[in-house]
Amino acid sequence: MLEVKNLHVTVDGKQILNGLDLVVDKGEVHAIMGPNGSGKSTLAYVMAGKPGYEATQGQILLDGEDILAMQSDERAANGLFLAFQYPLEIPGVATMTFLRTALNAQRKKRGEAELSTPEFLKLVREAAGKLEIDMDMLRRGVNVGFSGGEKKRNEILQMALLQPRLCVLDETDSGLDIDALKIVSDGVNRLRSPDRSMLVITHYQRLLDHIVPDVVHVLSAGRIVKTGGKELALELEASGYAQFQGEVAHAS
Amino acid sequence: MNAEIRNMKTNAELALAEAYSSGKARLPGGRTVVALREAAAARFDALGLPHRRVEEWKYTDLRALMREARPIAGAPDAAGIARAKDAGLRIGDMEARRIVFVDGTFVPEISDLTDLSPGLIIRSMAQALAAGDPLVEAHLGKVVPPDREGVVALNTALMRDGAVIHVAKGATVERPIHLVFAATGQTPASVFTRSLVVIEAGARVMLVESHDASAGHQVNTALELVVGDKAHVDHIKITGGPSDLVHVSSLMASIGAHARFNDFAFNIGGGVVRNQTFVRFDGEGTLAGLRGASLLNGKQHVDSTLVVDHQAPGCQSREVFATVLDGESRGVFQGKIVVRPHAQQTDARMMTRALLLSDEAEADSKPELEIFADDVQCGHGATSGALDEDLKFYLMARGIPETDAEALLVQAFVGEAIEGIEHAGLRDALMEQVVAWLRARGA
Ligand SMILES: Nc1ncnc2c1ncn2[C@@H]1O[C@H](COP(=O)(O)OP(=O)(O)OP(=O)(O)O)[C@@H](O)[C@H]1O
Ligand SMILES: [Mg+2]
Repeated sequence: MLEVKNLHVTVDGKQILNGLDLVVDKGEVHAIMGPNGSGKSTLAYVMAGKPGYEATQGQILLDGEDILAMQSDERAANGLFLAFQYPLEIPGVATMTFLRTALNAQRKKRGEAELSTPEFLKLVREAAGKLEIDMDMLRRGVNVGFSGGEKKRNEILQMALLQPRLCVLDETDSGLDIDALKIVSDGVNRLRSPDRSMLVITHYQRLLDHIVPDVVHVLSAGRIVKTGGKELALELEASGYAQFQGEVAHAS
Repeated sequence: MNAEIRNMKTNAELALAEAYSSGKARLPGGRTVVALREAAAARFDALGLPHRRVEEWKYTDLRALMREARPIAGAPDAAGIARAKDAGLRIGDMEARRIVFVDGTFVPEISDLTDLSPGLIIRSMAQALAAGDPLVEAHLGKVVPPDREGVVALNTALMRDGAVIHVAKGATVERPIHLVFAATGQTPASVFTRSLVVIEAGARVMLVESHDASAGHQVNTALELVVGDKAHVDHIKITGGPSDLVHVSSLMASIGAHARFNDFAFNIGGGVVRNQTFVRFDGEGTLAGLRGASLLNGKQHVDSTLVVDHQAPGCQSREVFATVLDGESRGVFQGKIVVRPHAQQTDARMMTRALLLSDEAEADSKPELEIFADDVQCGHGATSGALDEDLKFYLMARGIPETDAEALLVQAFVGEAIEGIEHAGLRDALMEQVVAWLRARGA
């Protein structure tokens, strides 16, 4: 389970998150919505340990353990996964090499045996098949020449292989056509389980029709300003974020 | 003025001139060779060792970097040969014919001259010089002689041995030929090797040179390469060695029409390394790839200088160089492309990239285009920068530890150049050396 307590984050000396509190219980899916620039990606990045994102106050606890002091790779080995809003291209590093290195690095850190080549290939083939990812594509450099939608599917493939206990999805729906949205959502839903938590960042109700959240939060100006059930997303779709501007002013 | 410069000769220049005058009687070669050496010695006397005021050497002040000249290596003794027994024995799983030179002298006992395929002739340069070999008489010193080149002149004056290879018209040499240059002497010495490779029309061969030397050595090596029409030649040079090694290498290649020439220089050792390459297109419709990868650390200084001379129309040249710099190392790339007036439809590109792993490292690049034809495509690019932090974060966010993430990115960086090597086994072998270099760095 994830507990974010009174989190304050600065980027380049600029305060972005101002005392954010959030609890996601095991097995739950929470959605985070909020206007552009409100700090959603900042929250995702600070959880994953991106350099330059400095937590000046507060804690991020994963099953009771504060992850803020850990390196990014240790956080990943501890079960945190961030699906990037903008997945990066890494020319010259074949996707297969990348997947295998990541998977084995995590296993090693957890004291598990590395996977043999046939074991690994079997896993990838299965997971890629479900996401309709062509194996030939995985021989290319990581995300190199992938379409926007293919990049997002590749993020979900990584998530499926790494089997994290906390998934953070940053606008995984952006750039997806209707069919791809369905494939990706199905991929995410398959990973829903009683001992896995998910934090889904999105602007659109559309994604939440597929990945139905237990709880919806509104993030504005670096804080959670409203929390509700899945119907809150529908409300926002109708009314927009204007109603929270006052609360923001109040909060800051 | 001239007299003044003469008076300012360095100890190294004086010692080299003295080595020539006192040793020339024992150097191999008949009358024509003696004349060639004499002329070269006179040129060296006039030019001296190159220094920073010589434009082509402005980043590599050899005169300052080589204050003293080492005595010239003699023929190796049994112990020296024994030490070189396994030199260059394996390059990954590449199965090559090994021709070994120890301290600059051909050593038949540890070389493989058996079962030469039809049309392939290999002999030692010392023998060829002494015997007045017609191939040597026809080409030596005549394949793209660079102007004002003190180190090439010095090589010609003092050349002792090397390989002379002839591949007959239309012959395909299946097994790569690996020229192993190992200087194993226990006291620092200087070594002058000179090779000549003539590949006739339509022939095909892969040539690998590997160079290593023991502490304090000074190596001056040169290769003249004649590539006939429609021939297909791969040339790979691997340079390693201790951090106090001075290695100066000159490749002079003339290429015929509709040929393919694939050159790759891999630098993974040495102290001061200068690889200079002079390539001339003598016939139309030829493709040449000139690539290289260098991994530098400590105070290493590696200079890759290329002059690509398009003298014929419709040729394509591609230069791709990748340099990884750690510690206080320095990497230099100078690329000059000349397109002569009638060399229309030339397509020439060069790209050099430097990856700086340390704040103390420095990369310099100097591209030069001299274009006298109007219907051409020429381009050059240079980049220099540190590892991409965002990419590193992406890898680490997937659980890959920092040093492994850096290693993956460095491999990807040099991989682009290494991909240009056609032989898969050699490609893998060089990548393994990159991985070993990275592991040593992380340790
Ligand atoms: N390096 C930086 N320096 C200064 N400000 C930054 C930096 N990076 C992000 N910010 C600012 O932080 C704020 C929050 O950005 P963030 O990316 O977290 O927003 P978001 O909620 O994810 O927006 P979107 O919906 O557009 O993805 C923005 O105002 C942004 O300009
Ligand atoms: Mg965002």
